[in-house]
Amino acid sequence: MDDFLVFKGVTKRFGAMTAVDDVTFNVKRGEFFSLLGPSGCGKTTLLRMLAGFERPDAGRIFLDGKDVTAMPPDKRRVNTVFQNYALFPHLTLWDNIAFGLRLQRRPKDEIEERVRRMLRLIQMEGQEWKKPTQISGGQKQRVAIARALVLEPQVLLLDEPLAALDLKLRQHMQIELDRIHDQVGITFLYVTHDQGEAMSLSDRIAVMNRGKVEQIDKPAALYEAPRSSFVAAFIGDTNFFEGTVSELVDDNYCRVSVEDFGDIVCFNDKHIKAGAKVYLSVRPEKMHLTHEKPADLHGGKLNVYAATVDQKIYQGAWTRFWVWRGASKDDCWELSVLQVHNRYLLDQQEIGWDEKVWLSWHADDGFMLESYAEQDEEMLPHPTEEASDASVAPDPAPAAAGAADGEAAK
Amino acid sequence: MKRMERRSRGVFWTILLFFYVPIVVLIVNSFNKDRYCGPWRGFTFKWYDRLFNDHEIWQALGNTIQVAVGATVASVVLGTLAALAISKYKGKIQGAHYGLLYTHLVLPDILMGISLLLFFISLGLELSLFTVFLAHTTFCVSYVAMAVLGRLEDFDGALLEASRDLGANPWQTFWKVQFPLLLPGIAAGGMLAFTLSIDDFVITFFVNGAGAETLPVKIYGMIKRSPNLPEINALSTLMMIVTLLAVVASRMMQRSRNPAAKPAAGAPALPEGQGGRVRR
Repeated sequence: MDDFLVFKGVTKRFGAMTAVDDVTFNVKRGEFFSLLGPSGCGKTTLLRMLAGFERPDAGRIFLDGKDVTAMPPDKRRVNTVFQNYALFPHLTLWDNIAFGLRLQRRPKDEIEERVRRMLRLIQMEGQEWKKPTQISGGQKQRVAIARALVLEPQVLLLDEPLAALDLKLRQHMQIELDRIHDQVGITFLYVTHDQGEAMSLSDRIAVMNRGKVEQIDKPAALYEAPRSSFVAAFIGDTNFFEGTVSELVDDNYCRVSVEDFGDIVCFNDKHIKAGAKVYLSVRPEKMHLTHEKPADLHGGKLNVYAATVDQKIYQGAWTRFWVWRGASKDDCWELSVLQVHNRYLLDQQEIGWDEKVWLSWHADDGFMLESYAEQDEEMLPHPTEEASDASVAPDPAPAAAGAADGEAAK
Repeated sequence: MKRMERRSRGVFWTILLFFYVPIVVLIVNSFNKDRYCGPWRGFTFKWYDRLFNDHEIWQALGNTIQVAVGATVASVVLGTLAALAISKYKGKIQGAHYGLLYTHLVLPDILMGISLLLFFISLGLELSLFTVFLAHTTFCVSYVAMAVLGRLEDFDGALLEASRDLGANPWQTFWKVQFPLLLPGIAAGGMLAFTLSIDDFVITFFVNGAGAETLPVKIYGMIKRSPNLPEINALSTLMMIVTLLAVVASRMMQRSRNPAAKPAAGAPALPEGQGGRVRR
């Protein structure tokens, strides 16, 4: 069951560029599996190799135990929902959906029955005689899904299926996709660059970068325990710290000394020895800002620092702060902190610009990264850029919102 | 303002007159008793009568249609294949192929005529209707290829992948997806080829053999030699009527293919003009 779909050492080069670099992973039967990454990371190439439009230069692809690496696209029981739908413009919606069944020379009654069932599934009964030019983007999307699903593929491939839709429709189609996946129980392989989409839909996600898989995990595990700075920065926002393990507090915790910042107590699940250089990541919403120094230090597990507010953006449900700590604003650590307002805000003493505050987070809420690359911080927009476009990014999920910044002025 | 309007209206009517007076004169003269298309000497159907009994003209018309149909069919097949090959395989040599096709569009007819004549002679081919057919096919291929290439230029390749993905082999993909979507371009190219072949004079004049006259060549000969000059007027009038009828018929056909009209259940949809492009 676990090896329903297997990519084994798959490599694909286009000229000098290696689009997919020795990728290996398994997808379970019935799973909603996403390939997530920035454009050019190789996710679409992987999907096209499974569809049969590209041939890997090395490695093999197995589907339900069969090697399909060299099989032509029309021989695979795999169907694709294309990014721009690729509906046949000269055919009606009915003929689009029936296209594959007619090629299989199914009996007339069966075609009729299966197309009807699909129209019901995508809730487009009564519109089957329209041409693709006569329906909206969201409807085209649904027809494209029906056209692929009607053949009952072993895997349904979805190539950025929501990218061409506007925000509202995208959210609606996410729910639709989820519903359809639940109803048909077919394995979905979903390619997207939108972490929000991947997080909300997938059972598991493979995060890709530069042709390699960085991490495969459940959405929550990717967010809470990213292994690399790339995953940490690509999924959600975070603050990065660079430091040295100065001592082991006990079996599970260590103290990391960070230059110009102080000591940070951190959960040490990787049992890193004293003296090692490490990278920490702390999510903005895991940090807290208070007027008073917290009294309960959780037995030394709470990290507490004095800091100064640089900027704040009030967003109703939450406020995003940038606070700094260091010798001066020009030579400091600037951190992103997200305060979710779960109490009535007007009764509270608000934290204002340039105010001196206490910054705290629990040792369990930070995590050590296995690998770190400086360029990954470029994915996190600078606070001043964020300040100007915050009003047009009204995403309420802290996981997906805005930006953060590590060592801004270092 | 008023004066401007009057002036532009004046220009409009002058141009219309300039365009259509010759045609009106031609029609009127086809009923004129005067042998040299001179002053009006009374109404007659004589020229039409002579025309219908002039079997040489009908022979020439038959030749013309034979050549046009043959050249259209041949150039549609060859031109479409050329366009498909040029758009599918990208490479340095494709620039040269495209250039070769394009040359026919800009090369003066007289050059084409002379070079084809010399070519046929050097091959030892006897000049006949067949050489006319070959000559017409050569230049018609270019027009068809250009029309189809225009259609292919904004053809969404994902449609072909979608077809393969849904289980169609390359052959089925061509006939079920690519061909129907290219059909408007192919049809336009074919019609262009047919028209060009029907009224080509210069090239035909060089490569037609004795007794293999097409209508344009025949008419040219008649103007020079025929004692029945107004017969040509009668012929032209008839051709004009046929053309007008064809235009009206094609208009009516287009109207009945309204995309908003619902095809009957299960009926395969007709290819339409707007197909082929999915905006990226």
